[in-house]
Amino acid sequence: MALPTTSAITLNINGEKHSLPVDHRTTLLDALRERLDLTGTKKGCDQGQCGACTVLMDGRRAVSCLQLAVAAEGREITTIEGVADGDTLHPVQQAFIDLDGYQCGYCTPGQICSALGVIEEHAAGWPSAVTADVRPEAGPPPLTAEEISERMSGNLCRCGAYASIVRAVARAAGVETDGAHTATEDKETAA
Amino acid sequence: MTVTTGTTAVTGAVGTAHTRVEGRDKVTGAARYAGEIPFADLAHGWLVLSTVARGRVRAVETGPVLAMPGVLAVLHHGNAPRVESEYMGPLGPPDPILQVFQHDRVPHFNWPVALVVAETSEQAREAAEALTVQYDEEPHDVAFSADHPGLYTPGEIMGQAPDTEKGDLEERLAASAVVVDERYTTPEEHHNPMEPHAATACWDGGRLEVVDSNQGSTLVAQELAHLFSLDAKSVRVRSEHVGGGFGSKAVRPHQVAAVMAATMLHRPVRVVLTRRQMFSLVGYRSPTEQHIRLGADADGRLLALDHQAFSLTSTFREFVEFSGGVSRVMYDAEAHRTAHRLVRLDMPTPSWMRAPGEAPGSFAMESAVDELAERCGIDPIELRVRNEPAAGPVSGLPFATRRVLDCFEKGARRFGWADRDPRPGVRRDGRWLLGTGTAAGSFPVLAAPSSAAVTAEADGAFTVRITAADIGTGARTALTLIAADALEVAPDRVRVQIGDSDFGPATLAGGSMGTRSWGWAVTRAAGELREQLALGGTIPPQGITVRADTSEVIGALAAKERHSFGAQFAEVAVDVASGEVRVRRMLGVFAAGKIVNPLTARGQLVGGMIWGLSMALHEEAVRDRASGAVVGADLAGYHFSANADIPHIEADWVDDPDPDDPVGIKGIGEVGIVGAAAAIANAVWHATGVRHRNLPIRPDRVIAAGGGAA
Repeated sequence: MALPTTSAITLNINGEKHSLPVDHRTTLLDALRERLDLTGTKKGCDQGQCGACTVLMDGRRAVSCLQLAVAAEGREITTIEGVADGDTLHPVQQAFIDLDGYQCGYCTPGQICSALGVIEEHAAGWPSAVTADVRPEAGPPPLTAEEISERMSGNLCRCGAYASIVRAVARAAGVETDGAHTATEDKETAA
Repeated sequence: MTVTTGTTAVTGAVGTAHTRVEGRDKVTGAARYAGEIPFADLAHGWLVLSTVARGRVRAVETGPVLAMPGVLAVLHHGNAPRVESEYMGPLGPPDPILQVFQHDRVPHFNWPVALVVAETSEQAREAAEALTVQYDEEPHDVAFSADHPGLYTPGEIMGQAPDTEKGDLEERLAASAVVVDERYTTPEEHHNPMEPHAATACWDGGRLEVVDSNQGSTLVAQELAHLFSLDAKSVRVRSEHVGGGFGSKAVRPHQVAAVMAATMLHRPVRVVLTRRQMFSLVGYRSPTEQHIRLGADADGRLLALDHQAFSLTSTFREFVEFSGGVSRVMYDAEAHRTAHRLVRLDMPTPSWMRAPGEAPGSFAMESAVDELAERCGIDPIELRVRNEPAAGPVSGLPFATRRVLDCFEKGARRFGWADRDPRPGVRRDGRWLLGTGTAAGSFPVLAAPSSAAVTAEADGAFTVRITAADIGTGARTALTLIAADALEVAPDRVRVQIGDSDFGPATLAGGSMGTRSWGWAVTRAAGELREQLALGGTIPPQGITVRADTSEVIGALAAKERHSFGAQFAEVAVDVASGEVRVRRMLGVFAAGKIVNPLTARGQLVGGMIWGLSMALHEEAVRDRASGAVVGADLAGYHFSANADIPHIEADWVDDPDPDDPVGIKGIGEVGIVGAAAAIANAVWHATGVRHRNLPIRPDRVIAAGGGAA
């Protein structure tokens, strides 16, 4: 007897419940893009190598191309469409606009979701590969440009907007970067 | 309402920083790219690519696949609609790769052999992967080298001769006090825009509609009209948001296959390339070998310059990586030669990739110039000052503007070059050897005819329509500012619509000429509209529209050497034990025309410099000679710079408006990469005392080369 190849599932996305039948092969990424018309989450490589499909699952960063939709039931999923508060942009989104933290914009939703994760992970005291003192009692390391750059390195940007991405994350996190990555002409960064 | 553009003239938008007009859409996920526009009754196509590098398709076993759930059709050379092959398209004769499923020949690995169409993407993918294709395989050759027996001299390269020569090269080399005679190589490189190529085709009321991701919807519409024998007005191509292009997003097999399937199935069909498929179907930068010979007197003045450039092409189309072009612009010598040689291999056809020619060409020449400075005992900037040409070294034409020495002067001051100790291998910071390097760059300033329409709306707003493409350059925002100044209104009264071939013919986003070419047409249309409105009267409900076309004015441009220029600076740290090279800071100073939007321009220039860093240290596609395939054709196997690879990096400029452009624009999309890799390689020499003439400067190469004096 042939086993069923689809299941009815309910996904919790941006605080809303979505019930739908899915092919068991369907990734969370394809469910968002092709079934739920949530196309803000991007497909850059479909192999977990570029970060364009980054969403938050229970507050943690995840590449949605490597998650099966059926396995995402019961998780709280936040996509780029759920980041702003109504018409009010999240500070990370506003900083990406003001500091031009993008060019083509295709990696941008993943960068922004990743940035939200970075800020949370840092505040919770998680070290990174460039953290000098990783003892738990040392507390969160200073959120330097080097720390942000390292933590954002799972999100590729072929346009090369990295310098302004780091500045945007720093501004949204309320920290001044330590000189690295900063352009000198701040007067040119908003209008 | 009463017709006026404003009570007081407003200008000055051009030159002032403005955030992107589509910024909110891009940070909220509302901006829809080609594969994201909903279509009712959409079917999904999945390309099947050859698993041999040369041969013939013997059989496509469609039966089992057609029985799979959801499968609607399998297109292949035995059943696909015929397309035209004898025509002159906008870029010349059709690329044979667009003759999709027209014959059984396979000229390279991962040549398209079939398209499986199904109700869902999962069904299409599984069926495509299950499809058995039988081949008669033939021996193939993908081994590029400058010693290949098949080397030949190509035809014209974009209107330029493959070879140029003046003076007696061997005599001048023999008379030189100092000679550099070295070979440089750059590897196969791939564009890899973040958004994979995607196209949806459908028929709507007798018109072919294609929603696409491209660098020029006019070009794509014209090519599709030719291929499918359609009247030009019967094809509409739209491409509103484009997730990067870098030269790769023109007409490619997936658009053709989507149109074929939509025609056969009478429903919309979407074909999206996978990342792996992009390594075979959308072009790439040919590997190059370059042989440079420089001869100079004891004061470093060039007596002889020889730049021989070798690259590959496919067996079915000629493409030349024009590496020697940059030497026809940058340096003069009594004896001066540039030459290009090609070899045909069983490989995909290379194509334009960000700064085609100039990127690899400047690596070789600017490295060689640094070596000449070292051997002459002259500062590399001073050597360039002594060799600054008064006119085009090959053409003899005057330069429209040439402020490369001003770039060096400003850059040297900001970078702190004056304090540099020229000795290599003497600076240490723990395990790191430190060094600095510099290089020059240039990129041609081009313009192509375009048309634009500007409408004065009854509500006081203005709408600009032009078949431009914003592939991340900020073109949509730049055109808003250009239109605002031409109309003498504030930018918030101007709305720019792009990426729709129905807006009329316009050139593509390529050759760093998009914003210049489109801005020219917008300026003319807006200027004429402003003059009309100044006569008074009322605006009817449908508005008042003025169209302009720049064919005549661009055709009448006087012949000059028109280029953007730049000076690149880099500081590196090298650990010769681990082979690690870290770029600590980069500075680029550019003379690149009027800067329309400093905020986005900085991103373009820095982005180009990051491409240069990536080229210097990371990017390399390795061909497996046995299979003819790229090894590790994905974003893990092909590393380009990630965030943590990027140092403190700044771009700056000097005032350099183009005298013949109505806005003064030159173009900034590509000059940022030119010279950047050489500056880094020159810095690695300064750090270690070892010249790296083969890119990328991989850890194994650094370890094998070792360190110098320190």
